[in-house]
Amino acid sequence: MHVPDGFLDLRTLASTAALATVGLGLALREVRRLPARRVPMIGLAAAFVFTAQMLNFPVAAGTSGHLIGAALAGVLLGPAAAIVAMTAVLLLQSLMFADGGITALGANVLNLAIIAPLVACGIYACVRRVAGDSLQATLLAAGFAAWCSTLVAALSCATQLAVAGVVEWGTVLAAMGGVHMLIGLGEAVITMLILAVVIRSRPELLDVASTRPVPHRARAAYAVMAAIGLMVLIAPLASSLPDGLEHVAEQFGFAGRAAAAHPAPLPDYAVTALAGDWPWLSAVVAGAVGALLAFAVAWFVARALAAPGRTAARQQ
Amino acid sequence: MHRLPAGAKLAAAVACILLVVLLPRTAWPAYGIVAAGLVVLARLAAADLRQLLLRLLLLEPFVIGIALLALLRPGGWPVFLAMLAKSTLCLACMVLLTATTRFSDLLAVLWRVRVPALLVTTVALMHRYLFVLVEEMGRMNRARRSRTFVRDRTSAWRGSAQVAGQLFVRTSERAERVYLAMCARGWKN
Repeated sequence: MHVPDGFLDLRTLASTAALATVGLGLALREVRRLPARRVPMIGLAAAFVFTAQMLNFPVAAGTSGHLIGAALAGVLLGPAAAIVAMTAVLLLQSLMFADGGITALGANVLNLAIIAPLVACGIYACVRRVAGDSLQATLLAAGFAAWCSTLVAALSCATQLAVAGVVEWGTVLAAMGGVHMLIGLGEAVITMLILAVVIRSRPELLDVASTRPVPHRARAAYAVMAAIGLMVLIAPLASSLPDGLEHVAEQFGFAGRAAAAHPAPLPDYAVTALAGDWPWLSAVVAGAVGALLAFAVAWFVARALAAPGRTAARQQ
Repeated sequence: MHRLPAGAKLAAAVACILLVVLLPRTAWPAYGIVAAGLVVLARLAAADLRQLLLRLLLLEPFVIGIALLALLRPGGWPVFLAMLAKSTLCLACMVLLTATTRFSDLLAVLWRVRVPALLVTTVALMHRYLFVLVEEMGRMNRARRSRTFVRDRTSAWRGSAQVAGQLFVRTSERAERVYLAMCARGWKN
């Protein structure tokens, strides 16, 4: 999901860099209030995330997935520290391994280091408030948060690419969203598995981070950030929707004229017409179904991991 | 070129990348000029061209993956090719920079250009302990492999997660020790 250099135009680069700077500044201010003991932990946690990203999780036919880690960092460190740690990861990847562009750093930080941990922490806190503090509830919350954060980060990345004019909004939304709904499932399961290990061996590591109350002012600041982020997400809808309709209309006209020459343009034609008529409804339905499925998967895995009999069997 | 100040090299790389980013999508002659310039620079730096190309090839799949999205739109081929050329040039520029500059020098530049100290400290600590953790993970993986004889997918996922979870526990213990060591040497937040 790292955007390389050369894809985004100046407008997108500047706006994402500005948003990322503001978000990172807020997070840094927040982290300065933490006890000094936590500072080395953030640096080492960044190194941990990078290292954990190297672990392979075999999927099928020789391919394997790996962790992204934004949700894991968010759950283990709390939102502000996770933002700083993930930013450090991206900075190092960009400057040392040329992975992820240097001008696109703002966009990458915004997607993977700010939006992803914030979404993860928000969903995690919400689900835990409803489901309780048991091991199963914690794992369920973390897994679902990981899925949501992966999807939202991917959609934000797709939005930036669409705004930059590289891709078309509707198709990129479907492509990135669809793929990352699956990737998110892997991320959710890996996050839950790792978290279960940490909670079982050192539960206090988790509690230090997650029970710290967030100050009201920081909460308000994050709400404003979220609103700006949402606006950035929604603005292109407003601007690209007429474009999309125009394009479909063009295709209608074109297809009408071409119909005489080609015997059967219909299949192609029907699909574009359908997608043009109900793009948002289908996207929303797909998102809701995906979220339900992800929640169900997270629930089953959490139940399996939290079952008391399993640990005894596994530790033998 | 290895001896040039890191700040100058970083600034030049960023300027070069910005130039490529800002070039219009049809400016193919300009792409050629930038590419030729980069090759000349690489020769001047006496860098191992084969190794540079290898690193470029390793990073290229990510670029192609994103560029492929451009093909989904009608008339996407010119956009696809332009994106591919642009980001490959930027990537080549960054690969050349990282091949001729030590990361600690780049960190020193970040200090000087007033990137918030907390962030630079975090990146510096991360850089310092990254290879320690990678080695530690390698040891844990080796230990796990030598003790596991069943290799089905479930146990592979469990095993990797076990390694990552234990690595986090050890990392946080190490962070405590690092903090005490930093304090003992007079570190002030």
